[in-house]
Amino acid sequence: MRKMLTIISNVLRGSASRNGARLVVSARTYADFTPQASFDIKNCDVHKLEEGPPLQAVLTREEGLQYYRTMQTIRRMELKADQLYKQKIIRGFCHLYDGQEACAVGIEAGIKRSDHLITAYRAHGYTYTRGGTVREIMAELTGRRGGIAKGKGGSMHMYTKHFYGGNGIVGAQVPLGAGVALACKYLGKNELCVCLYGDGAANQGQIFETYNMASLWKLPCIFICENNQYGMGTSVERAAASTDYYKRGDFIPGLRVDGMDVLCVREATKFAAEHCKSGKGPILMELLTYRYHGHSMSDPGVSYRTREEIQEVRSKSDPITLLKDRMLSNNMVSVEELKEIDVEVRKEIEDAAQFATTDPEPPLEELCNHIFYNEPPMKVRGISPWIKLKSVS
Amino acid sequence: MAYLRSILRSGKNAVPAVLRREFHRTLPAAVQVTVRDAIKEALDEELERDERVFLLGEEVALFEGAYKVTRGLWKKYGDKRIIDTPITEIGFTGIAVGAAMAGLRPVVEYMSFNFSMQSVDHIINSAAKTYYMSGGLQPVSIVFRGPNGAAPGVAAQHAQCFAAWYGHVPGLKVVSPWSAEDAKGLLKSAIRDDNPVVFLENEIMYSVPFEMSEESQSKDFLIPIGKAKIERKGNHVTLVSHSHVVSRCMDAAAVLAKDGIECEVINLRTIRPMDMEAIETSVMKTKHLITVEGGWPQFGVGGEILARIMEGPGFSYLNAPAVRVTGVDIPMPYAKHLEENTLPQIKDIVFSVKKTLNV
Repeated sequence: MRKMLTIISNVLRGSASRNGARLVVSARTYADFTPQASFDIKNCDVHKLEEGPPLQAVLTREEGLQYYRTMQTIRRMELKADQLYKQKIIRGFCHLYDGQEACAVGIEAGIKRSDHLITAYRAHGYTYTRGGTVREIMAELTGRRGGIAKGKGGSMHMYTKHFYGGNGIVGAQVPLGAGVALACKYLGKNELCVCLYGDGAANQGQIFETYNMASLWKLPCIFICENNQYGMGTSVERAAASTDYYKRGDFIPGLRVDGMDVLCVREATKFAAEHCKSGKGPILMELLTYRYHGHSMSDPGVSYRTREEIQEVRSKSDPITLLKDRMLSNNMVSVEELKEIDVEVRKEIEDAAQFATTDPEPPLEELCNHIFYNEPPMKVRGISPWIKLKSVS
Repeated sequence: MAYLRSILRSGKNAVPAVLRREFHRTLPAAVQVTVRDAIKEALDEELERDERVFLLGEEVALFEGAYKVTRGLWKKYGDKRIIDTPITEIGFTGIAVGAAMAGLRPVVEYMSFNFSMQSVDHIINSAAKTYYMSGGLQPVSIVFRGPNGAAPGVAAQHAQCFAAWYGHVPGLKVVSPWSAEDAKGLLKSAIRDDNPVVFLENEIMYSVPFEMSEESQSKDFLIPIGKAKIERKGNHVTLVSHSHVVSRCMDAAAVLAKDGIECEVINLRTIRPMDMEAIETSVMKTKHLITVEGGWPQFGVGGEILARIMEGPGFSYLNAPAVRVTGVDIPMPYAKHLEENTLPQIKDIVFSVKKTLNV
């Protein structure tokens, strides 16, 4: 049956290049595509756990399309940010996420929107999966009034509901995330907090302090180490005495996950969420992933790793390609449909970039606003004693 | 009244403030309360009033507080609201700030503000700056409290004053109470404030009793943050101070009064935002200004006040240069005689006043 479908789809694909192809494609959408398929996913190494996540994941066509679109949007958005940075329209720090899309998308697929998430500075992808629009993310990067933080924060300080940034100090976000989890438990909301950090941050003392308290108080926390093999320019072997980041929680159970496979990440996240919400306390996940860009836009990314290595990951483990191949080979989608999505995504990014470059910067009158919350207007000392500025809450 | 006073002064055996409140109806209008008990009353009342308020810090629960400030609170409110932490300042400060971001109202206790140096990244980068950086999306309602500055015999690592350090940072409010009323009213305001507040207590003041007015015994008694108080009116010189040093200023003022010199003593109450208006109004009257603090001189609270006087309307009223009386610019020594000579004594304040007035 599947073979017949493949033959039919090949024939129809041939005719799709003629006019009226779009009509033909959509007419066959529901009838001929596989609505869902089961995929084998890599086994996860576990630490202090009896068993790990399941070895098979079910993907529906809708889910596949959504994951594809989201990952592609993040990819294109980051590449556009690269362009804008090189044109000096984005300034300062810009840490790009391309290559790691499966992590953000897989995690979001494994939790609820009402759960909480916090990460470090490589945050554009998460800002998007947590509800930010490409427009407001890009406008924040370019420092305009339409930015998600009104242009006041920049690349590393973006926030949405139940998303606490965007944090510039390495490791600081981990105790903050445990604090959010404490609030979840305190308020009895049956929500959890995902606390992300990188392989570089994993050696921070405050993270171990957090492991201790989260475990003692059974906080509903999923600690996730996004191990992209390099902390800035220092490879994991040169920074950590133990690179088994999933074991470093010691008394906290852990699992090591293929972070380039969105389904693997999703299943592991679901597994971890289940652990947390059943009151067992925190759990640790290490996602093995890779960033194509350097640490930030000021790092070409080749002084501490080879171009061959980057190229190999791109050709063998790209998360978007992995998903695409799976869906195509199981006839869950057509090449045209994916191309359509690509075109739509490209347009969305272009529109957002257009907005981000033309929207005006925040007005000088608003320089001193947002110092305090819920406060009557107050005076702020300006650059010289004669300049009196005003701050509104 | 004397009976009451003797109970209250007996420290460990004192009737807990919690119980005492039940007797309010039969007590006289004004009551003697130590600063310690005033702080505890404030915490108790705010814990009762708002479910989201909770305390965390080292030894705050079972030990009843390293300085017994939180005695009785754990027994009343339990594990959920009074949390003993491990000795991990940066970790538990981060957790408290995160909880505040998610909508709770934590009160973090530092056994000494000297230990807050470990957590200063979270106080400043995670708490103070966040509302601004997020363009108004993420407020942080949190109080950091604990003893600050000098304490007898604790030596260099445990005696630093952090008023100037925290007072430097936009996005923080910094409060430094002196009396029991200050402590109670300001702590209640700090807890109800939706912004990060650093609340600098002082160990020397914990056991000092003050008369608390009837008004201050109400559960809604608040002192506004950002307003100084004139503790003593005078016409000849303005003394501006905060925390335990206000006591020294009051004592010095009493000594000077015998020589016919009337000091106006201003208790700052809040370091940031500072009530410059009160200082300027006073300086316009007395025409002489001396700031008095326990902290180090360089880049201190006094330095800020003097700079603002220079830049503001007060300058043209001065009949003599405004000066600062501060702690000596050294790490705090241990030996009693050395320690005493490191902080402003009554004689130092008297001397400075006479020099300023040229008498």
